Amino acid sequence: MVAVTLWGSLSAAAGGARTIEVEAADIRALFRVLAQRYPGTAPLIARGIAVSIDGVLYRDTWSKDLPAGAEIFLLPRIAGG
Amino acid sequence: MGFDPRYTNQRFKSVGTRPIRPDGVDKVTGRARYGADFNMAGQLVGRILRSPHAHAVIRRIDTSKAAALSGVKAVITAADLPDLTAGDSGLFDILDNCMARTKVFYDGHAIAAVAAIDVQTAMAALALIEVEYAVLPHVTDVDAAMLGSAPLLHETVFTGGVEPRPATPSNVANRSQYGHGDVEAGFREADVIVARAFKTEQTHQGYIEPHACVANVNADGTSELWVCTQGHFVVRQQCAALLGLEVSKLRVTSSEIGGGFGGKTHIWAEPVALALSRKAGRPVKIVMSREEVFRASGPTSATSIDVKIGVRKDGTITAAAAELRYSCGPYAGMWAELGAMTAFACYGLEHVRSVGYEVLVNRPKTAAYRAPSAPMAAFAVESVIDELAQKIGMDPVALRVMNAAREGTRSSYGPVFGPIGIGPTLEAARNHPHMKAPLGKNQGRGLACGFWFNFGGQTCTDLNIGADGTVTLAVGTVDVGGSRASLSLVAAEELGIDYAQVQTVIADTATLGYNDMTDGSRGTFSSSMATISAARNAIAVMRGRAAAMWAIPLEDVAWQDGHAVATGPTQGNLARLSIRAIAAAAATSGGPIAGHSELVADGAGVSFATHICDVEVDPETGATRVLRYTVVQDAGKAVHPTYVEGQYQGGAAQGIGWALNEEYVYGEDGRLQNAGFLDYRVPVCSDLPMIDTQILEIPNPNHPYGVRGVGETSIVPPLGAIANAVSHAVGVRMTHIPMSPPRILATMEAAQAG
Repeated sequence: MVAVTLWGSLSAAAGGARTIEVEAADIRALFRVLAQRYPGTAPLIARGIAVSIDGVLYRDTWSKDLPAGAEIFLLPRIAGG
Repeated sequence: MGFDPRYTNQRFKSVGTRPIRPDGVDKVTGRARYGADFNMAGQLVGRILRSPHAHAVIRRIDTSKAAALSGVKAVITAADLPDLTAGDSGLFDILDNCMARTKVFYDGHAIAAVAAIDVQTAMAALALIEVEYAVLPHVTDVDAAMLGSAPLLHETVFTGGVEPRPATPSNVANRSQYGHGDVEAGFREADVIVARAFKTEQTHQGYIEPHACVANVNADGTSELWVCTQGHFVVRQQCAALLGLEVSKLRVTSSEIGGGFGGKTHIWAEPVALALSRKAGRPVKIVMSREEVFRASGPTSATSIDVKIGVRKDGTITAAAAELRYSCGPYAGMWAELGAMTAFACYGLEHVRSVGYEVLVNRPKTAAYRAPSAPMAAFAVESVIDELAQKIGMDPVALRVMNAAREGTRSSYGPVFGPIGIGPTLEAARNHPHMKAPLGKNQGRGLACGFWFNFGGQTCTDLNIGADGTVTLAVGTVDVGGSRASLSLVAAEELGIDYAQVQTVIADTATLGYNDMTDGSRGTFSSSMATISAARNAIAVMRGRAAAMWAIPLEDVAWQDGHAVATGPTQGNLARLSIRAIAAAAATSGGPIAGHSELVADGAGVSFATHICDVEVDPETGATRVLRYTVVQDAGKAVHPTYVEGQYQGGAAQGIGWALNEEYVYGEDGRLQNAGFLDYRVPVCSDLPMIDTQILEIPNPNHPYGVRGVGETSIVPPLGAIANAVSHAVGVRMTHIPMSPPRILATMEAAQAG
């Protein structure tokens, strides 16, 4: 079980939930649970979400483990120049 | 077995050296082929008709006279680019921006295009296209566009991110908020509070090479596109989607690139050229003029920003708040949100809140510009930090060091930071000789910090061993700043051979797997990771070949200094085999030798920089001269230090132009008044001092060599550093970028008038 914090727009799509407890071993499982529990988040997941694991951002590595006790923070997928 | 990207603290032989770049000779002799240098047999000239109005309904377009003109082979409008976006609003915005459908949203918006046998015919054809507009009121100012009385760009836009959903549409596309703590309580704890409003004008990336492409659509459904871009695989995806082409049948080749800086991460003329070629049945070349680049590509946001920060007398920041309003052009983006995320990221704050508003205006669609949105936010925040230091009588570096984010700090955008480098950049700046150099009359010194995220992405690389043992490395990230040299160094390092034996090329979309574009400071970070992986795979193959040649077990073959070496107690007398020897025997040991890699390079790590700037302002004219400039930034590991320094210097140079002179000037009619380099003044060599750089190397734990992206962060601090320097030189706080001579004079005169 990991605690996951959602940024503002994602929180709004999740019915106002700010921090959720999720049974997920990796990012892929996290997104699956998120979309099942809060269908409104599915379009945002499809557009791309960055996952901060202990301060390091992961954008595409959905196989990345979510270690127990790690700080998991979901952020919008940012643009770069 | 998966690739392990973790840092290993290995010793380097090639990485960290400074060889000449492989593309250097072509570039200095004029042989390098840029976007406009490619030509095909039977090629037509494409030209685009653009709106002279900032905002208008297109009532009627009649192209019949243009189509009938001798020498014209195709004329297209939006009708030739039907909407295939299937509800993808982002893709539809790209389509509508490439060719207006029902309304034009800015001066320069494309509404039709022709392909003709020569330029004169094409221009004559454009003049024959009849367009009937119903001109609408327009708005170009970001603050004015937020007013309820402002002309509305879209009836369908209702501000997102607010509850309840607004009942009426507006030009505010979205609201975002970041932060934590109780900001109001934090301000009550402050001894001194500074609150100021700032503005920054819209700027262009100012790349010297205009957009250019050649498109060729064949009757059998295959197509080719030669284009100047930062991401040819992304161009392929988007063009295929917009034109209904099969991705695998559209082959896109990237040319050399004469600057991009985020401005070539988007498409404008490419779908138009493809549509013209499809209609004409011949290749079509489109080269934008400089005026078109300014009017109709993707500049950065104009902004309006309020910042409020409170401190105790000892320098502790008690609270910080910002409201950031960023122009997006006619289509929603996340530009203000990026400003809100980055504004306070340099500092460890107990109470912080930043709110961003995405504002639609009748200007070109905003595009990324090197750490997009962060420079404007940093300008506002770093100006207030500087003013607070003045007010409490504290050294501005000491104030920043005291409040700097560090490992374990909850960032203003949410997550807790791991190991980060702002502290070392500040300490290096504090100890730099620049900080102790004397200043004269009318001179001022400014310092500012900056933050950017950096990211990696999908990356694919092929490494092929030639028959003579030399190496070709094919990568898919466009080389925007010397990455071919850096990646050759990485391949040489892994294989244990000389840099000169590696030739790195940018492969086209038909010959390599998908790659994300070169953005987010990811080019060398991502492709070096894939190159290491590919080289190690090639070494595994070569060890196998050596084992076969020697007829010994694979586990008895090691790789040392570019050679296969037999190990174990019974193999001691076998002479080692070079890559050349293994390659010469490839045909009979298993065939061609190559190493491939497909990976997602994540874990780029955030980036910080600190800049120091000295200026002198002429009180008679308001003209500013940059006397000295120093960049301190963490590179993780500088693969090719010269090109890291180049990125640092380039970001600073662009920031100096942005801070002092560059701005889009719109007339009352909503038309751009200065669409050329005579009136839009970028800095030239004579405007700049030698920009000093200091590379810090704090290894990134998520890259085998410790590499971090370096391409973007260097443009974040300059606006703030120069504004602080000018403010000290003239004795008045400067709050409006660019600080052009008339704006400085007006500020000084207003201050003198009280």
